[in-house]
Amino acid sequence: MSEKPITGEKRVFMTGNEVVAWAAVAAQAEIMYGYPITPQNEIMHYWTRLAPKFNKTFLQTEDELSAGFTTIGGVLAGKKTFTATAGPGTVLMQEPLAMAEMMRLPVVVVVMQRGGPSTATVIYSQQEVTLTTFGGNGEGFRIVYSTATHQDLFDYTIKAFNIAWKYRMPTFVLGDGYQAKMREPLTMYDPEERGVELVKPEPYVGLPGMPGEERPPGHYRNTYNTEEELNEVVNDHVKAYEQIQNELPEHDEFGTENADLVVVAHGVVARATKQAVEALRAEGLNIGYFRPITLRPMPDQALRAMADRTKKILVVESAQGQLARLLKESLYGKTVEIVPLFRPGVGVTPEEVMARSRELVA
Amino acid sequence: MAKLAKIMIAGEGGQGIQAVAEILAEAAYEEGKHVLYIPNFGVEQRGGVSVAFLQIGDEPIGSPKFEIADIIVALSERAVGRTRQYVGAPTVFVYDTMVATGKVELPTGAAKVLAIPGVETAKKELHPRVFNVMIMGAVIEATKVVSPENAKKAIEKRLGYKFEQDPKLRELNYRAIERGMELVGEVLRGGQG
Amino acid sequence: MAVQPAMPRSWRRETKPHKFCPGCGHGIALRVLGQAIDQLNIQDRMVFGCDIGCSLLAWDFFNVDTVQTHHGRTTPVIVGLKRARPELVCVAYMGDGGGYAIGAQHLVSAAMRNDRITVILINNTQYAMTGGQMAPTTLPGQKTETSPYGRDPDMTGHPTQGPEMVATITPESAYVARGTISRPKQLHKMVTRALENQIAGRGFSFVEILATCPTNWRTNAKNTWKFIEETMPTHFKVGELKVPEAFQAAAGGEGARADG
Repeated sequence: MSEKPITGEKRVFMTGNEVVAWAAVAAQAEIMYGYPITPQNEIMHYWTRLAPKFNKTFLQTEDELSAGFTTIGGVLAGKKTFTATAGPGTVLMQEPLAMAEMMRLPVVVVVMQRGGPSTATVIYSQQEVTLTTFGGNGEGFRIVYSTATHQDLFDYTIKAFNIAWKYRMPTFVLGDGYQAKMREPLTMYDPEERGVELVKPEPYVGLPGMPGEERPPGHYRNTYNTEEELNEVVNDHVKAYEQIQNELPEHDEFGTENADLVVVAHGVVARATKQAVEALRAEGLNIGYFRPITLRPMPDQALRAMADRTKKILVVESAQGQLARLLKESLYGKTVEIVPLFRPGVGVTPEEVMARSRELVA
Repeated sequence: MAKLAKIMIAGEGGQGIQAVAEILAEAAYEEGKHVLYIPNFGVEQRGGVSVAFLQIGDEPIGSPKFEIADIIVALSERAVGRTRQYVGAPTVFVYDTMVATGKVELPTGAAKVLAIPGVETAKKELHPRVFNVMIMGAVIEATKVVSPENAKKAIEKRLGYKFEQDPKLRELNYRAIERGMELVGEVLRGGQG
Repeated sequence: MAVQPAMPRSWRRETKPHKFCPGCGHGIALRVLGQAIDQLNIQDRMVFGCDIGCSLLAWDFFNVDTVQTHHGRTTPVIVGLKRARPELVCVAYMGDGGGYAIGAQHLVSAAMRNDRITVILINNTQYAMTGGQMAPTTLPGQKTETSPYGRDPDMTGHPTQGPEMVATITPESAYVARGTISRPKQLHKMVTRALENQIAGRGFSFVEILATCPTNWRTNAKNTWKFIEETMPTHFKVGELKVPEAFQAAAGGEGARADG
């Protein structure tokens, strides 16, 4: 057996892609299957460098379809398996992910958003929110963590493996090109040393005993013959997801009590909004901050409670309303005014958020 | 947002822009500062202008990109054009004297616009390969975000293996930092460049 | 057939009679596979992957761990599984549309990587489950729902020579053959070798099986048999295309026995 990759608390300064590779190793992931696409490439680069040291497996597949389906194969074999992708790769990945949804397979996918639609830029956006939360020909039976800092990337990559295997649901770590490529400090640690239990994977196939004689064979299918048969399966998923909706939503907020305005953003944009809100509050303005961490399921209850306490919401994102759509669904029936600040495909600066917020509370 | 330095370094691919930003970021990180460094990495990267965004401060850093830089170092005509949008009232804009100012318009509205003979000095007094290290010295003098000692340590960490083989290289790099600091010191004392 | 041969042990009795149409070639192909599983004693360490189209009807066919997907993605699922658990014997079973059209990149890439899996591909010259459309394997002049006046090779190409392609892109340790359900004994040898080659860890193993589809061919028993026995082999040469040395040495001079 290889030694523990990380012992004690380790302060490091690295890129987000490197953080993900280390976090996957710390989470005791065993296999990565992947296909090159910017800006996630360095996850594979670092994983392949770490792989021989820690007895890990990697295969560069022929495309993202294959990366997704081999990841499914790895999971069926009972190994913690993950992949990473972006942009047009996330599009192709929807086919295997729909299978993972249907069969409730604990695949872990890291999405480093780039510009869209289509090839667009290799740089950055928050335009893969819809695809990550509700892509595929399904119902969005997925768990999506949107990270803002490198510490988040490390913490939530570890968490993604645990949640995926505990709830048997495809789980996503949603980052972006900025996070992928930027360097900032974070603390790496061994989760078990911190008392975080790592959920053990279990094989779906190749169990002991003669199938059909000593044990039932594992027959895993996506195909259903009748509408009713399918409906029953999907209803089971709906029930399972209700539990997830009760147990998993996460968010971060401050200053939302009787606020004149609450600024809502996720991911890296939440850094700019946090910075802006802190500065405006220092000026004495009554403005709050809300960041959904899970985008699927959305923190509905916390959002609805927040909406009751504020006059207006400013929703800020590097997309044309993909977060806003999720937000409106969460806030259905609430009359609070929602004002957009959409910057599709480009970064958002604190200055922009401050300027717009000032206008709204003036 | 007290004492947050927003730094932008831009030049042509091959000028070693990103290496400078990385070393500075490392040095500041080792000093216990909050640091966020991000390169531009579009398809522009191939054969385009290389831009490094670097923020160094005493508190956690928010957005990875910014609207207005405190200091911009632009090392080619294209780099001047590419960085102009980040110039504002607090900006100290430094460009190399090799930049053909006839071909590109220098920014207006900056706190200071300074020209330093970086390329020329590196070529004549040092060695063209340490041009970027000299530029790092210039940034250090202009921003005071890290001490020259820590910058040297960061260089040592990165190039130590090369210095072992050729100690003269270490001397050359250290001199480049000092010379870069002097260049900016001179023009700063001289006022508007 | 008046007397049914005994059901292979690896078949799942509860799901028999199976769901394929009368006269369908899948039943014979899966019988041959079942017999090979029994003979090699791998039922408890096997994973069977089947695809979309008629092959998906096999999702509960065997008392073997099985996973079903679509679009020829059975190949990467099985590749991912095999690489994670090399001790398992992993088979990807699919049709000609899955293997040669929509999932062709997976077949090509797994073959080129020499992945230690066995791919069994059913060639019945058209998309059967979807109602008889033209496939990469449709013969020149053959009428299908999307080539109602007959396939025009000038516009839509010639039938894919799958095993020939796989043989070209695989190393010598791969096993490649084309069998037919009309010669079950020969097919049995091919399928067995394709499994043995994987078990020995040698290389990629591929068997294309010519199979009948009277439903979509709209043929009676006589013409069905004529099509698979006479017409198809004029376009698809039946036999072994690539045999690793180990088999050749073991077989001695018994090559003639291959013809069932």
